[in-house]
Amino acid sequence: MKLPAWVAGVRLVPVGGLPPELLEEISRRSGIPVGSPALDPSPAYDPARDQYDSTRLLLELKARWEGRVVGAAGLDLFIPVLTFVFGEAEMGGRAAVFSIHRLRQEFYGLPANRDLLVERALREMLHELGHLAGLPHCPDAACLMSPAHSVEQVDAKNAQYCPACRTRLECLPG
Amino acid sequence: MSPEKYSILIVDDEQVVRDSLVHWFTEEGYEVEAAASAPEALSRLASRELDLVIADIRMPGMDGLELLEKIRSEQLDTSVIIMTGYASVEGAVRALKQGAFDYVTKPFDPDELSVAVRNALEQHRLKRENRLLRQQLAESFALTELIGQSEPMRRVREQIETVAGVDSTVLIEGESGTGKELVARAIHRLSPRRFNPLVVVHCGALTETLIESELFGHEKGAFTGAQYRKKGKFEAAMGGTVFLDEIADISLKTQTDLLRVLQEREIVRVGGTQPVKVDFRVIAATNRNLSDLVKEGRFRSDLYYRLNVFAIQLPPLRERHGDVPLLAAHFLEKYSRQMNRKFTGFDRGAMELLVSHNWPGNVRELENIVERAVVVGREPLIRAPDLAINRPSEGSEDLSLEAVERRHIIRVLEDFAWNQTQAAKALGIDRVTLYHKIRRYGLKPPERTRTTRA
Repeated sequence: MKLPAWVAGVRLVPVGGLPPELLEEISRRSGIPVGSPALDPSPAYDPARDQYDSTRLLLELKARWEGRVVGAAGLDLFIPVLTFVFGEAEMGGRAAVFSIHRLRQEFYGLPANRDLLVERALREMLHELGHLAGLPHCPDAACLMSPAHSVEQVDAKNAQYCPACRTRLECLPG
Repeated sequence: MSPEKYSILIVDDEQVVRDSLVHWFTEEGYEVEAAASAPEALSRLASRELDLVIADIRMPGMDGLELLEKIRSEQLDTSVIIMTGYASVEGAVRALKQGAFDYVTKPFDPDELSVAVRNALEQHRLKRENRLLRQQLAESFALTELIGQSEPMRRVREQIETVAGVDSTVLIEGESGTGKELVARAIHRLSPRRFNPLVVVHCGALTETLIESELFGHEKGAFTGAQYRKKGKFEAAMGGTVFLDEIADISLKTQTDLLRVLQEREIVRVGGTQPVKVDFRVIAATNRNLSDLVKEGRFRSDLYYRLNVFAIQLPPLRERHGDVPLLAAHFLEKYSRQMNRKFTGFDRGAMELLVSHNWPGNVRELENIVERAVVVGREPLIRAPDLAINRPSEGSEDLSLEAVERRHIIRVLEDFAWNQTQAAKALGIDRVTLYHKIRRYGLKPPERTRTTRA
């Protein structure tokens, strides 16, 4: 899909737990280049929950990158009040992060499906990218910006922003 | 439904929880504020209206449940969800009992939190919409039921509008069947008390002992058969209106009790000792001339003056003949709809009969006659023979069971000089049944018997 001009400056940064070939494919299909070096997620690790604090990851990403950045992870992410999150972004800010951990079929005891995983990962990344651009959740369940708290909801979306969200994205300053 | 319209207040003493939730709900598109304590939340709620409060159950000082109680007692227009730090059944039950919409356990499953919030806001929206619609409905329908273009009816509607807004006692005077209860309902519906109940008491239908317990309630064991404590009508009105129909029919003893309630604004249940504070407005109605009864010593003058703060005189139908076609058309439409019949109007003969009739039973008589005509008539027009009105020109007797019963009741009532207890006995029915029949047929005692009764 064609992304708005301002996305050109965004970099995709590996955060840990994501196989390199998957990162490559997400980068290739989204047109967002991979940046380096990779981020060490260990400061965000919470041993009590055996999960990674996504808000902390955003702070780490911002400390290491000047421009807009999206962290791509394979870790189980959380924010303190929620049991898990698929991703998190600063609304209209500089950093976002998403994880494929709970997007994998294996997580739900099902056989692996690589194509489906890439589809889900792309949707989740574009969703967080939308927040990064300042878009709130969209009431249109088919839009990439609709809230998704389960893989079923991720699968139910189109792989695109709805016309209203697209217009808002294209109008953003580069 | 766009979530952007809704505002949420997060109340938690932990900064990390506030930040996470503010962030999360902002992403969801809500307008979010945060407060670090219950008092801070209350001061925010005092300054602006918020749709939903999500409060932690455990906070130093005032906790979430106390905050909930405060929100409920001050009747703030907001839904509340309580957050608990661990799955505490006791805390959750308490929260729900105190009127929380839901509770969620930290950390939340994102989907559960999202659904709980969506449901709470949807309920909040429905409640608000319901209140608004009820208000609009009450305002638009209150006066339309009082049909009539005649000058006396116009004046009545004006009086209703004038008196509805003030809280004074109203006395409605008018013959049987003129629509006194409709006037009372209209006043209630236009008054600030409209969201509280309108409680109707037909004083004439109750015996003296019964009326006491009806009005003031009774304690368990107050009399034989009083198996439970029962609230009286004044308590049941709870900030609403009590309509005392046929006020002239209450005994001097009940008049004294009623006067005390009107003065003290408190009641003592039958068999009880504790006075109970009650908040109500009284609308009374009578088909008798109360000032005459006062002169005869049968109605307490102090009670009369208490009730007669604002009087509305309802004209008998014979004094507003011009309204008969309008009323007849209204009842025809009403009963055709109810009985699924397709009447379009009255033929010329029927209309002439309606307009020339004297209507001793007033609008209620007209309503009953039209209702019957809708049953017996042949669509699309009601004809004169469908109307159970005695036509002097034809002289033929109406032999319907209803007409025969009406004539028989009049005869027996006259035999006993309108003493309803004796007449009921002779008819082999109880006094309340007779009372209802008198109302149904729009019967009233002739002037001479009224003055000789004592």
